[in-house]
Amino acid sequence: MRKRIYSAERIPYPMKRVGKRGEGKFERISWDEALDTVAAALKKTIDQYGNEAVHLLYGSGTYQLINGNQNASKRLLNMLGGYLGAYGTYSSAQIGMAVPFTYGGLPASYITEIANAHLLVSFGNNLSVTRGSGGGMSYELTHALETGRLRTIMIDPRYSDTMLGKESEWVPIRPGTDAALVEAIAYILITEDMVDQPFLDKYCVGYDEKTLPEGAPENSDYKSYILGKSSDKTAKTPAWASEITGIPEDIIVRIAREIGTTKPCYITQGLGVQRHANGEQTSRAIPMLSILTGNLGLPGTSPGARGADSSLGEAGLPTGTNPVKTLISFFSWSDAIDRGTELTALKDGVRNKDKLDVPIKFLWVTQSNTLINQHSDSNATHKILQDDKKCEFILVVDNQMTPSTRYADILLPDVTSFEMWDLTADGYSSGILNFMISVQPSIKPFEEARPLYDVCCDLAKRFGIEKEYSEGRTTEQWAEFLYNKTREKYKDQLPDYETFKKKGMVRVNTNRDKGIGLKAFRDDPGANPLKTPSGKIEIYSARLADIAKKWTLPKGDVITPLPQYVATWESHLDPKTKQFPLQMIGHHTKGRTHSTYHNIDWLREVVPDEVWINPVDAQKRNIVAGDKVHIFNERGTVEMAAKVTNRIMPGVVSIPQGAWYKPNEKGVDVGGNVNTLTSLRPSPLAKANPQHTNLVEVKKVSGDRS
Amino acid sequence: MKQLGFFIDTNKCTGCKTCQISCKDLKDQPVGMNFRRVYEYAGGGWRQEGKAWRQQIFAYYVSVACNHCTDPVCTKVCEPKALMKREDNGLVILDESKCTACMACAKACPYGAPQFNEVKKKMNKCDGCIDRIARGGQPVCVESCTQRALDFGEIDMLKKKYPNGQHIAPLPDPSWTQPNLLVRSGRTARPFGDEKGSVQNPKEV
Repeated sequence: MRKRIYSAERIPYPMKRVGKRGEGKFERISWDEALDTVAAALKKTIDQYGNEAVHLLYGSGTYQLINGNQNASKRLLNMLGGYLGAYGTYSSAQIGMAVPFTYGGLPASYITEIANAHLLVSFGNNLSVTRGSGGGMSYELTHALETGRLRTIMIDPRYSDTMLGKESEWVPIRPGTDAALVEAIAYILITEDMVDQPFLDKYCVGYDEKTLPEGAPENSDYKSYILGKSSDKTAKTPAWASEITGIPEDIIVRIAREIGTTKPCYITQGLGVQRHANGEQTSRAIPMLSILTGNLGLPGTSPGARGADSSLGEAGLPTGTNPVKTLISFFSWSDAIDRGTELTALKDGVRNKDKLDVPIKFLWVTQSNTLINQHSDSNATHKILQDDKKCEFILVVDNQMTPSTRYADILLPDVTSFEMWDLTADGYSSGILNFMISVQPSIKPFEEARPLYDVCCDLAKRFGIEKEYSEGRTTEQWAEFLYNKTREKYKDQLPDYETFKKKGMVRVNTNRDKGIGLKAFRDDPGANPLKTPSGKIEIYSARLADIAKKWTLPKGDVITPLPQYVATWESHLDPKTKQFPLQMIGHHTKGRTHSTYHNIDWLREVVPDEVWINPVDAQKRNIVAGDKVHIFNERGTVEMAAKVTNRIMPGVVSIPQGAWYKPNEKGVDVGGNVNTLTSLRPSPLAKANPQHTNLVEVKKVSGDRS
Repeated sequence: MKQLGFFIDTNKCTGCKTCQISCKDLKDQPVGMNFRRVYEYAGGGWRQEGKAWRQQIFAYYVSVACNHCTDPVCTKVCEPKALMKREDNGLVILDESKCTACMACAKACPYGAPQFNEVKKKMNKCDGCIDRIARGGQPVCVESCTQRALDFGEIDMLKKKYPNGQHIAPLPDPSWTQPNLLVRSGRTARPFGDEKGSVQNPKEV
């Protein structure tokens, strides 16, 4: 923490760009000049192009309830007539879009429910790292495993830190092929009579012909598809799936029989499996194992989507409503700068409008390193951003000189959470652990840094809406006001504000008995129908069939009414493997949160950035551990050290995500950002980031790692 | 004499390295020095069958600081007697004022505990957070462990609390120095002297 507060990359004062966009050349200016410039640019954009030309870039850097969550910016922009909004997130867009077609929502069971299961089958889901704090989900998983009666099957291309002997069995799988494994398991479940037929008949649509919706073609049901009676005439046998997934046939058969005969069985997935070009299919396929075996809505089961969090429902700074109703996918913003008015509803996922009327001309970037680092294809994004005729104004507010700040026209210094008043709750990944924290300044703001809310108040003044914006409250007064609002719900547990402030942190027990996903539906489907058109689980989705007919998709992309395995571009079956034979994924490490904390030398020392490569692949390339290598494809080249390890499957390499993009004079990213290699081509349905679907080659640069 | 020592449960350890960083933070160590180090030990292999792969892989982490050995080699080789084993609690403590930075201790210790501090030009090592335990606390690594995989205390008490301790790879033969380190390990752990695996993160430890 202190290393970050006092890092060499802290932004001390407001600055304006003096070089070319992306060069990172700035000049110090006063707060007044900076805010006058921002207000004038914003006004000009709104006057000239309309509010739809203003976009607040995706950012998840901080979760305080006033300054965080970009709440202060949203409130201001909404009061000024709104901005082009976005749906989805870089984390979970594919599952968030696809699974509701099956379940009418994203139902989930708490991780604690695993303690009641006899078998856990997890597709990805590296909780020890991605939810690695002492509280919350990884702790809940560790404790569930301690029951001793649970068998755990972990399916992952990497032997992750969540396993390390805690699992009963690790099943390595080629990235992007999880749906093929699911289908072969389904084949065994069906042919060996292990499906829960009464459950499928009563609760589901489209398992077999009996429950296919009206208008669905013949043999378009799931059973026919699995058995090879549908249009593709391919039975999804273990032999078929073995070739695709790289999992030996006997292992597939054995897993299938375990799933078919063990109850309760908790099926779950992480978010990595869905961050693919076919992520919507995969995220919808995995729940099929819960559905086919009736393992949902009961103790020790899960709907197969992912683990649940309980939430306080805490009150944040009211952001108002956005008068601009047009939405794009969170991932389309660079396209909306580049191709603007070419983006349409049926081709690009524009919502609430047939097409965009204006490109993005004003970009507000705060609590976000998405501008260049965490978005895909950094080199292509650099070109789009560098052209200041396209996006005419970029405002960046941050407390560290991230790679994204290099693209700012005006750069404003933000404080860290140690330099301000605020309020925060447990965020979104703490499992059943809920709490509230009083954020209080323990040190003075660094140099001229200011909290976002105060900055927005001063911008509001320039538009003559300061009173309306602040409602006369300082941040601390908002903190008290919002705390008391949340307190109304938990009067018996939350003390008065003064006591809370003194204590600093209070734990809250929320309603934890709702920990089993789809319990109400399972208990009484008539009284508690799902929010699907049929009220049932839609294995066959007529809505997806309709979308598939109406939308225009690029060649190779498909949307299907059933969840099914699709071999995509840059999968291991793409002919491009001749040139780029290795599949590349990214993984989270314990050394930073996304790209935050990357600039802390202590953390780089204990968790160095290295590309994981199997000895089988390393030997072919004459690479030994510690060698400096280039990982490259058509989009770029990353330079980093090799970690030659058996903990990754042959044919797959993985780069720890979040390292800061740093192209050298030859265009080689010596910073080690995985997104130098990822693609901007969106996934078919959610129009989302396929950041684990990549083909690359690796070559040794030198054995001398400097 | 009382003898203090550490306990690590490698089955709980996720290799998060919070212990390492909290120690670094408290002792304000520069990059290159780590009183606590987390070894990543892994091995096994892959066999291709047609287009499929079969694996037999194991991996685990072992977090190690100074083991305040019963028979420490560092004190034996320290000519200026800067390193001393305390009589009251068995901790091996360095008197910086006597240290000539001859590095003999660093060469002798099979755990890499004494390390050269480039800034002070002295050797430095884990002192078991002696001032924290004097105040009734625990070493910072133990208190910060997110998975409660570390423990510290009188080694005889720890042995009662965690019976069936093991000596695992990549740690050396315990008969060399009689480390006061108790290990509970998972099913994948290999005994000391194992040659089937290797340290995966040599630069970090």
